[in-house]
Amino acid sequence: MVFPRPRPARPELPRQRVQTLQCGQGAGCPFGGPVRGSRGSLLSPPADGNYCLTCGSDKTLKLWNPHKGTALRTYQGHGYEVLDAAGSFDNSQICSGGADKAVALWDVSTGQVVRKYRGHAGKVNCVQFNEEATVIVSGSIDSTVRCWDCRSRRPDPVQVLDEAKDGVSSVKLSAHEILTGSVDGRVRRYDLRVGQLCSDYIGSPITSVCFSKDGQCVLAASLDSTLRLLDKDTGELLGEYTGHRSTTYRLDCVLSEQDTHVGCASEDGHVYFWDLVEGSLVLTLPVGQAVVQSLAFHPRLPCLLAACQGQVTLWREDTFQPEGDPD
Amino acid sequence: AAAESSDSEEDLVSYGSALQPLQEGERIKKPVPLQEQTVKDAKGRYQRFHGAFTGGFSAGYFNTVGTKEGWTPSAFVSSRQKRADRTILGPEDFMDEEDLSEFGIAPKDITTTDDFASKAKDRIKEKARQIAGVVAAIPGTTAFDDLIGPSKITVGVELLRKMGWKEGQGIGPRVKRKPCRQKPDPTVKIYGCALPPGLSEGSEDEEDEYQPENVTFAPKDVMPVDLTPKENVHGLGYKGLDPSQALFGVSGREHLNLFTGGSEETNNLLGDLRHSKGRKLGITGQAFGVGALEEEDDDIYATDTLSKYDTVLKDEEPGDGLYGWTAPKQYKSKKRPERELKYIGKILDGFSLASKSSGPIKIYPPPNLPRNYRPVHYFRPVIAAGNDNYHLQKALEESTGKRESDPTQQSRHALNAAQRREQLGETGLKGPAPSVLDYLSEKDRERLKEMKQASEEQMKAKIVAQQSRNSRFQSASSDDGSHKWEMLLGGQLANAGSSDFKPFAKNPEKQKRYENFVKSLKQGEKDTLERFLDPNMTEWERGREREEFCRAAVFYRSSHSTLSSRFTRAKYEDDVDKVEVPRDQENNIDDKEAAVKMKMFGKLTRDKFEWHPDKLLCKRFNVRDPYPDSSVVGLPKVKRDKYSVFNFLTTPEPTTSVTQATNEKIQDSNLLNKPKKPSRWDVSDKEKEKKDSISEFISLARSKADVQQQPPVPATEECGTGPSETLPTLVTNEDKNQEEEGRRPPMDLFKAIFVSSSDEKSSSSEEESDEEEQPTTSVRESETTKQVHVPDSSSSNVQESVTATTDSGISSLPTSKQELDAAQEFGPKLPPAFSSGRFCKLLDRKEKHRKIRERHKTKKERKRKKEKKKKHKKQKNKEKHKNKKSEKESSSDTTDSSDSLSSVDTTGLSSKELLRR
Repeated sequence: MVFPRPRPARPELPRQRVQTLQCGQGAGCPFGGPVRGSRGSLLSPPADGNYCLTCGSDKTLKLWNPHKGTALRTYQGHGYEVLDAAGSFDNSQICSGGADKAVALWDVSTGQVVRKYRGHAGKVNCVQFNEEATVIVSGSIDSTVRCWDCRSRRPDPVQVLDEAKDGVSSVKLSAHEILTGSVDGRVRRYDLRVGQLCSDYIGSPITSVCFSKDGQCVLAASLDSTLRLLDKDTGELLGEYTGHRSTTYRLDCVLSEQDTHVGCASEDGHVYFWDLVEGSLVLTLPVGQAVVQSLAFHPRLPCLLAACQGQVTLWREDTFQPEGDPD
Repeated sequence: AAAESSDSEEDLVSYGSALQPLQEGERIKKPVPLQEQTVKDAKGRYQRFHGAFTGGFSAGYFNTVGTKEGWTPSAFVSSRQKRADRTILGPEDFMDEEDLSEFGIAPKDITTTDDFASKAKDRIKEKARQIAGVVAAIPGTTAFDDLIGPSKITVGVELLRKMGWKEGQGIGPRVKRKPCRQKPDPTVKIYGCALPPGLSEGSEDEEDEYQPENVTFAPKDVMPVDLTPKENVHGLGYKGLDPSQALFGVSGREHLNLFTGGSEETNNLLGDLRHSKGRKLGITGQAFGVGALEEEDDDIYATDTLSKYDTVLKDEEPGDGLYGWTAPKQYKSKKRPERELKYIGKILDGFSLASKSSGPIKIYPPPNLPRNYRPVHYFRPVIAAGNDNYHLQKALEESTGKRESDPTQQSRHALNAAQRREQLGETGLKGPAPSVLDYLSEKDRERLKEMKQASEEQMKAKIVAQQSRNSRFQSASSDDGSHKWEMLLGGQLANAGSSDFKPFAKNPEKQKRYENFVKSLKQGEKDTLERFLDPNMTEWERGREREEFCRAAVFYRSSHSTLSSRFTRAKYEDDVDKVEVPRDQENNIDDKEAAVKMKMFGKLTRDKFEWHPDKLLCKRFNVRDPYPDSSVVGLPKVKRDKYSVFNFLTTPEPTTSVTQATNEKIQDSNLLNKPKKPSRWDVSDKEKEKKDSISEFISLARSKADVQQQPPVPATEECGTGPSETLPTLVTNEDKNQEEEGRRPPMDLFKAIFVSSSDEKSSSSEEESDEEEQPTTSVRESETTKQVHVPDSSSSNVQESVTATTDSGISSLPTSKQELDAAQEFGPKLPPAFSSGRFCKLLDRKEKHRKIRERHKTKKERKRKKEKKKKHKKQKNKEKHKNKKSEKESSSDTTDSSDSLSSVDTTGLSSKELLRR
């Protein structure tokens, strides 16, 4: 392939292991299998990418500075393993959901649970803040998505989205949309502004969904070891990415910081990166021996976090100097 | 009065003090009114009564610390030399003197304080003192205190001690006993039943062997029976919180350990220690808040975390830890003889405790009652209503006073519903009244009637006023209409409504016979069953069927009538049979799966619904409510019939509205959306050079699923077969040419899809195939121009045949006419695709949006093809390459006639079909 002459700088991909966080979460898994032990995720604000949250079967959340490799705080209060966590835009709050069917809202600085939202009938698979951290949206194995109000003291959810026919594995939010991926093989997009629900049938159970940075596309990973890039407005297939292995676990897919590449965790211990446009496999990162349980991409830098076997690894581009300031 | 009694009467006894003798002219004092009567205390102060609930008396000055002049604080004078000494006020400072008197609230009497009490009394305190002595600034000072110990011990105890008695022992001669028995275990209380005898006895015997014979022990200390009456309403054994322990005995951090005595002792120790250290006592702990003088205000808002609670059973429990809570503990009292457990108290003279416990009292359960037992006894003898017994019955009834001479005077309870209805003048229920006779067969009914008639006549002859209880029997007998039964039954059956009860649904003939039977019964016909029975059946079968029908009729009627007599129709329509169903449901996934397989994402896989977000959610998301007027939240719901078929059918309303958009619309949207995602560094200028191959790859990828389904083709031709699937249906020749030269598909998309196959190899092979195809297509062109309208299905096959060079390709060819016929079966004909053969290459270069449009149209067609292909395989062996051409021509001829129709069809139909999905 030949590229156009006035072409912008080639996007870098994280190829170099810089830091390893021994979070140990999920290491003591009683059944030996790599059950969703620890999930690394960058604290969500798009303006910030300095922190990282891990959670796991030790019922705690941990806040890290992945660039320096320091653990900042541990949050305990969940009754069972914590399955997902997300941070608010101003880094002041954390929401998390776990197998205790509860969604917890944490204060970052005090480490205390501010509120606990109960109402899900099953494990809470995924949680997300909205843009202003006024609503927590949580998806559960009970096939509902619940929107919890952070502002009022209301104990019940603002709205329950119960359209899914099976467990909700992934939830993402944009400014006015709720994107859910469900095990019933559908990607649903609730558009609050338009008042419309778009349900795209993929067929295979969806493990992870995410918006592209420009908000025009939706990336969906499913258990048939395929990632699909769908046009948000029409639902048409824009690209398909295969090569990794995803048949059993809820694995994450990510888009790189400039929407140039598509990444996905794999059950063979690697992270795969495809060119978004060409669809060709560009990079395979050997993260570990077991399943790569979680992935997170830095919002602005070519910087990747991958969780595997109870440790989180930070990957940077080749040119990155570890001494330099991460920002 | 006593005073006025004269002195002469000496023997009178006077009580009380005499009144003052009245002075002359003095008025009699008025008695002091009740409200002015005051009570003063010993010092002349008024005592005001407040009533029972406010304490009954007042303290101080109107319950204040002040005086009549007001409250004066204690003078506080401080200078550099003379500081005001800090006085610690006790409760006594606020009490009156009489409160401290013998009858006050805090009577003071002289007691020996702890300092002067005997140390031997409690060892714990002594130990505490020792510890305090060691810790104290001058160690050993307390040792001197011990030297001068004042005695508080009574003389009796002193005497006993001198006689060799020790605390904890009983009084009396020494006995042969185990030492362990001396100590009664006060912690173990056993209520109710004793321990199983085997347990304690066995262990006792076992240990007796090791008992030296010459060793005697002091007798057991007698536990005095606590004879204090229980005056409160607390539970047995309840002890109020010990203030000394609650306030400063135990530190606030630890919770009271109720189970182990040892720790309590240590707590006491600690408490004493603190006391001796002079730590300021006061109320501490979270429950009382934090005082102003307290320093520990760091956890004012302490939250109760789970980590403060014990979650694990501690191993402090006695034994090996194998037991849970409920398992028997290894009691120390296990060795206690049971007879001590059984009776604690004084044994009467002349009695001794039994050495053996009597066995547990056997409890005999009451006998099981039979199911039909009714706990009511009827004393009235039951007499058959025969003729002989009539007089007797009558006499009995007279004697009991229950004689019913007239049915109108029957008691209310003796009436049945029908009779009551008649008396009230109400109309009967619509449902037929159940009657045994309805369920009988014709013959039986006849026979019964005859019998009854005979008996009735007999009765009539003998009895005058006797009336049968059963009105139905009565009417039947009196009217004597043999066919009235028929009429009655027929009418009731007619009332019974439609017979949706089908007992013989499995056998339609039988069911028909049964229905006829019922119908004729309704019409009041006789001998119905015989008529409708199958003449071919044997006698036995007939009999059997008759029985069956009767039984079925009975069953039907009984269920129907009993139910109808019990229920009335609802006045208002209920909502029971309506359910709330989301108005729009996701369509069935079969079509979608097919679409996914063909990678035709987009309209086919998408469902769009109206969705109402919650108002608050909109607010939180800073979004205007899209439906400000609606109160609906979520998907709009409609009420549907609960058992409607439509609940199970998916309703394509939303998709119809959406997909009413025609192909043009789709095209538009594609045009709009597709070029949205160009990526800067990937768009190359050279792409035009490779355009052919790339576009072919694109189309290949698009129709990947089809390629997979197609019969195997040579690897080099793999790309050529792709476009054959995406046939143009509407686009004309010119359009294609224009498009070929004009717009190009966005490169990035092609690239995105074309990933897996290696570039160089396929592209080179593609060019080869192009060259190969060129001559063949030209040949084909001549054919197709002759027959301008070739059905699409056949043309695709033609194309396959062109591209295919090996046998495998040939095998997929439809050659016989049967096949074409079969193809026609599957649906309306597709529009002519005369260009398909020739322009398979051009197709490759088409724009993606057009292909998508075509895909929608050709989807149906593909399905047909799939079916066809199966047939192809069947005929694989028959076909030969030679006759391919001729047959093809013939096939095109056959379909020629229907071309005009089909072309019209597909334009409308494809969209229709789309709508259906």
